[in-house]
This record gives sequence, C-alpha cells and structure tokens, in this order.
Amino acid sequence: MLTLKCPYCGVQACETELSPGYEAHLKRFGPGSSDDDFETYLFTRPNVKGVHFERWRHAYGCGKWFLAARCTTTLEVFGTYSAQTPAPPAEIIEAIKSKRPDWSPET
Amino acid sequence: MSFRLPSGGRLIDRTSELKFTFNGRIMRGFAGDTLASALLARDQMLMGRSFKYHRPRGVVASGAEEPNALMNIGEGGRFEPNQRATTAELFDGMAARSQNHWPSLEFDVGAINAKFARFLPAGFYYKTFLYPRHFWKYVFEPIIRQSAGLGAAPKEADADTYEHFYAFCDVLVVGGGIAGLMAARDAAADGKRVIVLEQNGHWGGRAPVDGAVVEGKPADEWVSVTLQALEANDNVTLRDRCMGAGVYDHGYVLGYERITDHAPANDVPRHRLWRIRAGHVVTATGALERPLSFAGNDLPGVMLASAVRDYVVNHAVAPGKRTVVVTNNDDAYRTAEVMVNAGLSVPAIIDARPSVDEALISKFSDLGVEVKVASAIAKVKGKDRVTGVAICAQDSNGSVSTTIECDAVAMSGGWSPVVHLWSHCGGKLTWDEDQAMFRPDPNRPPTNQTGEGFVSVVGWANGEIDQGDIAPVWIMPQGASIETRNKMWLDFQNDVKVSDVQLAAQEGFESVEHAKRYTTLGMATDQGKLSNINGLAVLADALDTGIPQVGTTTFRPPYTPISMGAIAGEARGEIFQPLRRTPMHAWHEKNGAHWEPVGHWRRPYCFQQPGESVEDAVNREITNTRTSLGLLDASTLGKIVVKGPDAGKFLDMLYTNMMSNLKPGKCRYGLMCSENGFLMDDGVVARIDEDTWLCHTTTGGADRIHAWMEDWLQCEWWDWKVWTLNLTEQFAQVAVVGPNARTMLETLGGMDLSAQALPFMGWADGKIGDFNVRVYRISFSGELSYEISVPASEGLAFWEALMEAGEPFGITPYGTEALHVMRAEKGFIMIGDETDGTVIPQDLGLNWALSKKKEDFLGNRAHSRSHMADPTRWKLVGLETVDGSVLPDGAYAVADGHNENGQRNMIGRVTSTYYSPTLDRGIAMGLVLHGPDRMGEVLAFPRVDGTVAYARIVSPVFYDPEGEKQNV
Repeated sequence: MLTLKCPYCGVQACETELSPGYEAHLKRFGPGSSDDDFETYLFTRPNVKGVHFERWRHAYGCGKWFLAARCTTTLEVFGTYSAQTPAPPAEIIEAIKSKRPDWSPET
Repeated sequence: MSFRLPSGGRLIDRTSELKFTFNGRIMRGFAGDTLASALLARDQMLMGRSFKYHRPRGVVASGAEEPNALMNIGEGGRFEPNQRATTAELFDGMAARSQNHWPSLEFDVGAINAKFARFLPAGFYYKTFLYPRHFWKYVFEPIIRQSAGLGAAPKEADADTYEHFYAFCDVLVVGGGIAGLMAARDAAADGKRVIVLEQNGHWGGRAPVDGAVVEGKPADEWVSVTLQALEANDNVTLRDRCMGAGVYDHGYVLGYERITDHAPANDVPRHRLWRIRAGHVVTATGALERPLSFAGNDLPGVMLASAVRDYVVNHAVAPGKRTVVVTNNDDAYRTAEVMVNAGLSVPAIIDARPSVDEALISKFSDLGVEVKVASAIAKVKGKDRVTGVAICAQDSNGSVSTTIECDAVAMSGGWSPVVHLWSHCGGKLTWDEDQAMFRPDPNRPPTNQTGEGFVSVVGWANGEIDQGDIAPVWIMPQGASIETRNKMWLDFQNDVKVSDVQLAAQEGFESVEHAKRYTTLGMATDQGKLSNINGLAVLADALDTGIPQVGTTTFRPPYTPISMGAIAGEARGEIFQPLRRTPMHAWHEKNGAHWEPVGHWRRPYCFQQPGESVEDAVNREITNTRTSLGLLDASTLGKIVVKGPDAGKFLDMLYTNMMSNLKPGKCRYGLMCSENGFLMDDGVVARIDEDTWLCHTTTGGADRIHAWMEDWLQCEWWDWKVWTLNLTEQFAQVAVVGPNARTMLETLGGMDLSAQALPFMGWADGKIGDFNVRVYRISFSGELSYEISVPASEGLAFWEALMEAGEPFGITPYGTEALHVMRAEKGFIMIGDETDGTVIPQDLGLNWALSKKKEDFLGNRAHSRSHMADPTRWKLVGLETVDGSVLPDGAYAVADGHNENGQRNMIGRVTSTYYSPTLDRGIAMGLVLHGPDRMGEVLAFPRVDGTVAYARIVSPVFYDPEGEKQNV
C-alpha cells in the first residue's frame, strides 16, 4: 500500500486511489519504424531492481496521470512530477543522486 | 490429571460461573477462562487429533501459537472451525467441538495412520501416488480429500456483521505488554498521536505472571496506573482484543479486532478490520517459547513451561500434580517455582546444560526440587497422556539412567522473539549466537517512502530476553537413534518430525523454502510459530552448516488467521458492489425484466410476460420488433464528448478509420485498437459541430475508453488542444426500432423524421412531443431505427410516453438477448464475443474500416507485424447447421490429424451462436482457417457429449444483406 503525492492536486494519495501505468518515458514507435524498435516499444521492459520511473493515475482523485521516481526494492519515493515531460526533470535526478550517489540516469 | 486449584487465578472470577458444551457434554468454567483453561480444569487433557497421523493431542501453549487445541466453535450461522482453544475466551453457552477424528475424539479410526507412519514420510505424496496414472483421479484423490482438512467448513451464511475502520496516527504500538505501554507513554509524552493494539483481552503481557517489578511497582499495579494515564490522554487510542495482523508498504498496518467473540451479540459487528496508516510502527510483540525435541514430546501433558505457568497463575489450573520441568535455560525454573508455591510437586528439573549456576541449584534444592544437570528426556512414557519420563545424559545416545513418574512435562527450549511484523515489509534478522535466536537487525529495518526505517522493536521482541545462559539444544539427547528421532515432533499440527527434516536434507531439499514445502513444516494454520526455529536448526545440522546460513522462511501476514468476514467488511449482500441503474431501471423491474449484469449495470435480458419462458420472451421480442415495433433502453452505452481544435486529429489517431472528415450532422461506425493492434472497442461517432464529436462506446467500455483517451492526451500528445468528458450518465437513450418506428414517432408530433430530413447515419436535434431530444438514425438491428437521447432526468417520462404512443402498434420493450440475436442475424460483430483481446479487425473482415489515407493510428504499425499479417489467421464467417440446430457456444471445428498434445487439429471456433426466430434455425458466427475462401464447405464441431454438429460456412449476414430495411 504505497503512498504517492499527486503533483496536480497535492494529495498524499494511498495506492487504493491510484492506478498503475507501468514504465514512464517510453518513446512511441509508429508506422515506418523497424520491427525491432516497435517490439522494444511494445514489450521490452528492463524491469529494473532499483530506481524506476513509472506512470500513475490519480484515478479516484483528480483523474490526472503523473510520473513517479521510486526504488523498486526499498519502495523509497524520490519524487513525483508532471506527466508532460519526455524525461525526468533535473530536480528529480538531483533527489535520486542525493540518495543513491552511484546511480546515473543511464544505468 | 489436570485440575482447578482451590485458590488463586489472577484472570478468573470464581463468582461468575459459565456453562458451555464440549462435544455435546455440558461443562462449567469461570469468567476469565479460555476454552483451554476451562477444559484443563475438567481434566480434559485430550483436545484434538493431529492432521496426518491422528495422534492424540493436548494443549501445548497458552496463546496464539497453539498448534493442537483447535476447535469447531459455535453453531449454525456462527459456526467457525480451527479456533484456538487458548485464545477463545469462554462465554456462557459456548458450544465447542474437537476436530479431525471419527467416530469420536477418544476412539479415532484415522489413528491407524500412525501405524503406517514409516510409509508416510516427508514427500510421500510425491512418491506414492504416481502410478498407475488414472488411480490418482479415481482412488487416491477421493480418499485424500475425505481425510484431509482439520475443521469442518461452515454450512450456513455467516449470521454476524463485520466492518472496516480507517485510522491514522504518528506512532502505532503493537503489543500491550510492559515494553509496548512504555513506548506508548513515551510517544504520547512527545505529543504524538498514538494507537496501541493488544491482541488479548488483558494488558501487561507476561510480566504480571512472572512477578516482574517495573519502576518499583509490581507489574499488575504498574500496568493499571500506566493504562489510566494513557486513557486520560486524548491523543492515545487503546484497543484490546485487537491484533496487529500485518505491516505493509509505507506504514500501512492491518489490525484485527475481535469485538464479540468473547460475548456474542447481535447489535454490533463481530470483527473490525483496522486499516491504519502510521508514521512509525513500534512492535512490542514479545517472544514465543520453543518446544524441545525429545521422543514423545507430543503426548498430551507435555506443554511449554511458560504455558504451564500461565495456567497456574492466570486461571488457577494445574496441568498436573507431578510436573517434570525440562529446559536448556533459566526461564523454565520460574515454572518450577510457581508450581511449588502452588503446592504442586516438581520431582525434578532436567537441565540439558553441561553446567548450571550453583546458586540456582541450591535455591531449588531448598524448595525440594532436584536439578539434574547435563540431562535429557530419553522418552516420554504413556499412551494417551503422560505417565512418566525416562532420563538419560544429554550427550549420550539415549541409554536410560532413571525413570521418573509424573503426569505433566513442562518444556523450554528457549525463547524466539516474535519478529513477524518486523519482517513482513522487509526488515532483516540477525542470528544471536549467545541467546540462540533470530532477532531484528536494527541496521536493516523495513523502509518507507523517505527511505527511512519505519518499524522499531522493543522489549522481548527485540531479543531483550531474561533467560540466563542458554545452551542451544535442538534434539534430545544429542546422539538419539533414528527410531527415537522418528518420535520427536517439530511441527505438531502437520506432524513433521526431526526424521522428516533430516530426510528432506538427505534427498536434496537443501533450501529452507524447499525443505518447508517438501515436509510441510510450518505450513499449518499456526504457520510454524513453535516449529520453525527448531526445524531449521535440525536442517542446518543435517546440512552441516550454520543456522544463519540456512536462514528463515518468509514471514507473511497475517500473524494469525483472520476471518474472511473481517476482510470483506461491510461489502456483502446488497452493498457488495454499487449498482448502476438507468433512469428506466425501476420501470423495467416492474415490467418483468429478467436481469443481466453488464459491468456494474443491470440490463434487462428480456421482459417476461406472465407464464412465459425466457426463450419465448426473447423470440417474441425479436419477432415483434422485426414486424412492427420494439423499444430498447440503450442508456448504458458510453457517451464521451471529445472537443477542441485538435479533436479531429486526436480521433483520427484513436479510431482505425477517419473521423476528422465526418460532416457535422453525420454519424460513422468506428473501431478502436490497442497499440498491439487488437480490437478493443467499437461504436458510432457523431460529429456535433466544427470542433465537437460524441463518441459512443460499448456499455462495458465507457470508463475504460475514457481513461484510454485521457492517457494519450495527458502522457503522449499533451500539447494537443482536446478536452474529453464522459457524459454516459447524463443522458438516457432509447432505441425505437422496427418498420413502424417512424409512424409511431410522428404521432407524437415535433421534428421532421422523414428519410429526406433525417437520412440513415444522420443525427438531428429537435423536439418529439414535449421532449427536447437528439435523434441518431443508426441501427444495430438492421431495422428502421431511431436512437433518441434525452436528459437523464426525463428518461423515464420519455420511455413511458413512447410506450403509450406505441400501444396501437403493439410495441414491445426488448432486452439484451433480442439485441444480440438481431445483430447476429445482421452479421454485426460484438466486442467480447467476436473479439477476445487476440482478434484484429482484419480477422473480422473489417478491412473497410482501416483507413488507408491516414499515416498513423493506434494499432496501425502492429497490423504489419508478421503474426498479424499471417494469411493463416482465422477469419470471420457465418455458420449454418446442416440440421438447423443451434451450435454449442465456443465449440471448435476439427480437421483430420492430431496436434503435438494429442488433440484433434483445430481449424476454427464458434464466437456467437443463437436460435434465430426470424429464420427459424440456428445461426452462428465463427473464426475459421481460410474461412471466407471456403464458402459452402461443411465443418465438424464435436460437442462435449461426444456427438458432432455439422455446419456449413456461409456469409455472416443472414438477414437483409442489402440493408434495405434500415435505410428507408
């Protein structure tokens, strides 16, 4: 029963009012893309053990999708942020690095 | 024999006598008794039979860890199996029965299993029942099912009610013993909001029994003073009979409160599930005493030393007149002292340690108790209960030096902290070599959302245990023979012995998790509270490795079983789930609706007239609609408004066909695919004005499709100017269907509904009678059809006005089954029948709805993946039985030959099948290999009864293939 702060309405929401949306920042591949790119987009998920960027919807609240940076092993939440961004914002990266000095966005 | 002492008993009230029954016999106990103490007071030592060997068993513990004394308690709607007699508080009128025996507790046929014990070793399931193969289904399984299981399943609906509570606090303390109350006091003094949970009906834990002195006061007095102070504090909530059941992510804790188990009542819930979000959790859950593994340690009369003490001090019940104490630590000496002080005989303390503090020995010698150092129990004597013990040296192979007569044995193998709640959410343990126990590792706590530990542990639960210098003793004596090890029980409830764990190790089940599953050690309802540490110590020894290297099995919530009722809470019966009702729901109910659940809605399957069968009603509705006039409540269909400058562009991405070029005033049928290319929803889209579209979805799809739209708008195309709104419940929608639809509507007056003014696939706003309406000329039946939408508040009035105006035409309301049959007659697909999440539009011959003009739409790229473009994908066809019968739903068409699983090769399957009253024959749709190229071919569909149905491949459009009836 995680709690995540919805960046839109500011509510510290319990998991029961959220619905999960799996990995964030996927790049969509459409017509003209290679089979490999399209397959990666659809199916290949690194399923990381550690820092993970993921999508959540405040489904039984304001209804907005948002993104979260969370450690999948310790369940630590480094921050939540707007879904309208192609990559994690600098302050989220900083928050992760302050807690996980060895982590880098490429790993 | 066990009996009630003439005086004492800190928890019982001798002035309040309670009557109860055990196996139908009337017995009496006192207020404050547990069922176990009341039975012991009546010398009812035998309380149950073990699971596998049906061995006679008595109570061994005094609390939640009890493995043996499990009872069926209550009757009728209050019957519940597998209740621990040790935590069942006695009440007047309690009806308890023992379990797992036939015909009676005293004489049990199943005890024959014990004679065959050497044929029932660990893993016997896997070894015994393999051959011949068919014996499993017809011989072994029925016998095992007959004998498996402990208590009986309840037969009546639960007569009680249950509820959930939500609570929030800064500090949650689990455990109301001394350590827990101190933690609560400290937190409250810091101004924190505190909740304290205590699983028992009394506070203070073990300390009052053991005569502890706390901050200069006797424990009982300290507890009462501290409780008073906590109760007076508004920031503190105290709950007794409330167990901390489980600790979950980010400080979420479940509490299980048993409100009326000790005093049944009708006007309050029986159990309450507390759903607590705590800033910090303090577990003060104490410790559990371990048994010792010696031959015959499961005989009734052999009990934990602490339990013996509990019964004497708390309930004034003596488990025996002569009690031998056997131990590897100092704590059990307290039991000997308590017994002597109560005037009971303790012939000896058998201490397995090679040396014992001289002062302790002389103290007990003064009390008249002989301490036998470096000694062990070679064997417990007795058949159904203890009659004596044979003594040997601990470091021997078991040659008996002497025999002592006794009627009870109090054993202590040391204490294990209750680390369950610490471990539930990932707290790690460390092995304490000196104290021979696993304890919480403070450096590796479970962590919360900020990465900080959110559970801390105090008191005995943290390993602060007062048991002197303990010597690890895992089997007794050290060199016991295999015959002897075969009589040392580790897991009493599941009948797992030392020899079973050793066999598992020998056969290669080296991981503790594997050994657990192979032997069933710790898998009973007590989840190995007594057995786990002893079991993994034996495993470590068999593997010649250390206990910390073997490690523990995973601790999972709940700590002890909680009732299914508590988990369900209020959600049962009518309020199990909210019901969605259309504005006409009550009318349907009054007019014979035979309901069908569709999502959270209830829709009429058909409207039965008096004396009419469901089938007859459906056929009448279809025929009446096809020949004159029918009325369908279509309000449940999803209605989502999509609006904005980029709405057309957005809908072109969502639908497989073009929506941006739809003209205002027009409707178009559209398909939606997932990014995998699979068909996920369909419906008619109407363009309202330049930047507004109304998208109809399936009934079940409305919320899902709305969320799907929002997902793409918020997370992928967030710079597109589009708004969506789900208006499903804002409008009632009625389909007026049949050749007389227009004529009837015109009698109401209002807007022009002629084919010229409102052609097929057009829509218009206007008035019908006094109602403001929006009329869509769309048809899912193939008939002339107007789908008319009105504000929800006017839905019922509009429906009734239509029914009245339709009377001269013999109007009939129709339900979902008539809708299904009529759409199948027309060959229209249904999401969920023709589609199942693996079907693409091309499979259904819907290529015409896949736009070639658009560069991109969701699912488009996937359609060119090799599997999607495979020409051998099964394709939609109509199926017409040769004899006119109805094909079974889901039936498969078979071809010659067999596949790699030995099944007939399959070349197609039925997706929809109905009796068509219009054609007076069975009609069906199905997906068939190369189907559209095989028109006229007859396929074989085996039925489950072994017969075969034959059906010819035909066009899926059975009725009015030119569409002349809908377009008039």
